[in-house]
Amino acid sequence: MSNAPPKMTASGVDVFYGAKQAIRNVSIDVRQEDVTAFIGPSGCGKSTFLRTLNRMNDTIPGARVSGDIRLDGEDVYAKTMDVVQLRARVGMVFQKPNPFPKSIFENVAYGPRIHGLARSRADLAQIVERSLTRAGLWNEVKDRLGDSGTALSGGQQQRLCIARAIAVDPEVILMDEPCSALDPVATARIEELIHDLRGRYAIVIVTHNMQQAARVSQRTAFFHLGQLVEYGDTSDIFTNPREERTKDYITGRYG
Amino acid sequence: MSKSLVPEAPVSAAQSVERRPTDWRTASMQRRVRQRYAAERRFRWLGLAAVVASAAFLLFLLASMLARGAGGFVETRIALPLDLARAGLDVTPAQLRGPRADLALAGAGLERAVDTAAETAFPRVGGAALLSDAAWLRVREAVKRDPGLLGRRATIDVPVASRLDIAFKGGGTRADRAIARTLAPQLSRGLNRDFLGGADSTDPTRAGIWGALKGSLLTMLVTLLLAFPIGVFSALYLEEYAPRNRWTDLIEVSINNLAAVPSIIFGLLGLAVFLGTFHMPRSAALVGGLTLALMTTPVIVIAARNAIGAVPPSIRDAARALGASPVQVVFHHVLPLALPGILTGTIIGMARALGETAPLLMIGMRAFIAAPPERLTDPATVLPVQIFLWSDDVQAGFVEKTSAAIIVLLVFLLAMNGLAIYLRNRFETRW
Repeated sequence: MSNAPPKMTASGVDVFYGAKQAIRNVSIDVRQEDVTAFIGPSGCGKSTFLRTLNRMNDTIPGARVSGDIRLDGEDVYAKTMDVVQLRARVGMVFQKPNPFPKSIFENVAYGPRIHGLARSRADLAQIVERSLTRAGLWNEVKDRLGDSGTALSGGQQQRLCIARAIAVDPEVILMDEPCSALDPVATARIEELIHDLRGRYAIVIVTHNMQQAARVSQRTAFFHLGQLVEYGDTSDIFTNPREERTKDYITGRYG
Repeated sequence: MSKSLVPEAPVSAAQSVERRPTDWRTASMQRRVRQRYAAERRFRWLGLAAVVASAAFLLFLLASMLARGAGGFVETRIALPLDLARAGLDVTPAQLRGPRADLALAGAGLERAVDTAAETAFPRVGGAALLSDAAWLRVREAVKRDPGLLGRRATIDVPVASRLDIAFKGGGTRADRAIARTLAPQLSRGLNRDFLGGADSTDPTRAGIWGALKGSLLTMLVTLLLAFPIGVFSALYLEEYAPRNRWTDLIEVSINNLAAVPSIIFGLLGLAVFLGTFHMPRSAALVGGLTLALMTTPVIVIAARNAIGAVPPSIRDAARALGASPVQVVFHHVLPLALPGILTGTIIGMARALGETAPLLMIGMRAFIAAPPERLTDPATVLPVQIFLWSDDVQAGFVEKTSAAIIVLLVFLLAMNGLAIYLRNRFETRW
């Protein structure tokens, strides 16, 4: 499709938890202009793999990653890579909405503040407004920015978490089953939001829901038992899978 | 698929247990329901009884302390007629204005003059023995305020001896009560400033609680300044940074054991280390605070670890995913959320330390200290030790002093807990 170099590349990635191998030799390219979906049955390692992309597995005792992961050609696991900066460039949204128990404003302002991105108070307020607007939450909360972020509904909380992630202006946003704790209406809002954010950020989304993958993504990767079974354009994966296992999963034979 | 769900052969009679729809109105069902409600009621009554019993004990304790101890804050005074002009005091008005006024008055024989006045005023009922040791000091203060007293007749209210004080408050021997009745027109009551502002004394009417209270304050200050930061930082390190291995397991077990070590052993440790090895001053609030800090730190570590462990991991993940460094995660998110729990643990530890007597006896804080401590290294005693010392005293006057000291200790404790609860509510995060 495009000839631009991929935003992130992973090649030959293995992940171990102690002696157990969770990910086996996975290679994937993530393109800047696409939404990439990881699908697969529970425990297949798609979330584990997602978390290797911004080194969130570092904090899990016994977790070990080998292979090569690059962000714009830079080795993510290099000694010289600053994890703090990496995570500012590769943001993350989690399965359960996890706003800080602080005000809505403080939730969004936290990232820019610790990275010194705002030059002034007014600048910070502008960043907060822009992030909340992009996350489609501004109109709902603009009159109560001082309220606690935890007082919002589940769907609003998740959009607040997305606003918080984009406030530090990341290049990539990783979403780990962002809709699994939400009702269908809130899910639809988030999917719309992913459409709107596409292109501005490279987005990787892990999902259980194949319809969701089909709706929001341009590229889909199917994981099974820690291995990448098939990776390609979403339309191909869902209409014309090359692998038997992919076809079985998509048609609901297992999972 | 569907075939296997239907039994093919008829089931034999022995295998089939006839299932009828449950009849909820049978006698046995009704009995079960009644029994269940009875059990609920019994449990509620038991709980209520337990709460009432503990409240009753608390009320009894407070009421009996107040009844016995209230008198400790009140002194009996007697109107003593004085004629200092005739007493032949060798002191000039100029001497009274200088800083050496106390010395001048003592040297001039004021104490003897007061005693003589008492002998003259109350000849048959005890004379000078009716007055407290502090009586002439009260006259001295009066003279310093108004040097004109040296040149005229006057009547000054001075505190009476413990025996008469008790009799006037309705206790003591029959003979003492008779004296109190005779002198009743001259006797009055007033707030005992010596008790609130002074230190220990051999005369119960002069004995004060301020020395012990200040000792407790200084000791608690040292304990808090040491135990709180050390405890919280140990807990943070163990929870957030330390790897989980055999060493950290060993440390955890050791901390739990330390929290359960009898306090007297910490006293011996303090004696051996702080006094024996480091030659710190005996009976000092500094050493008391150090010793109690040894005892309190493990309690704070355990409480703080629990509070830190209870902070949801999702909050740490959220902060980390935004690029917060480990220190930022801890100080911006984990510590504020854990603070209420940490403060609760600290209150418990400090309350225990405040009431602790045994380890302080070991490092010499049971000495007779007649002046409130000025510095951390001055000889001091603390409230519970003072209570112990007074309750041990043979003089009847110390009975109400003991109860009054207990009231002061309880008020101190309540004030400390109140402050901690206020702080906890301020930092509490509403989810």
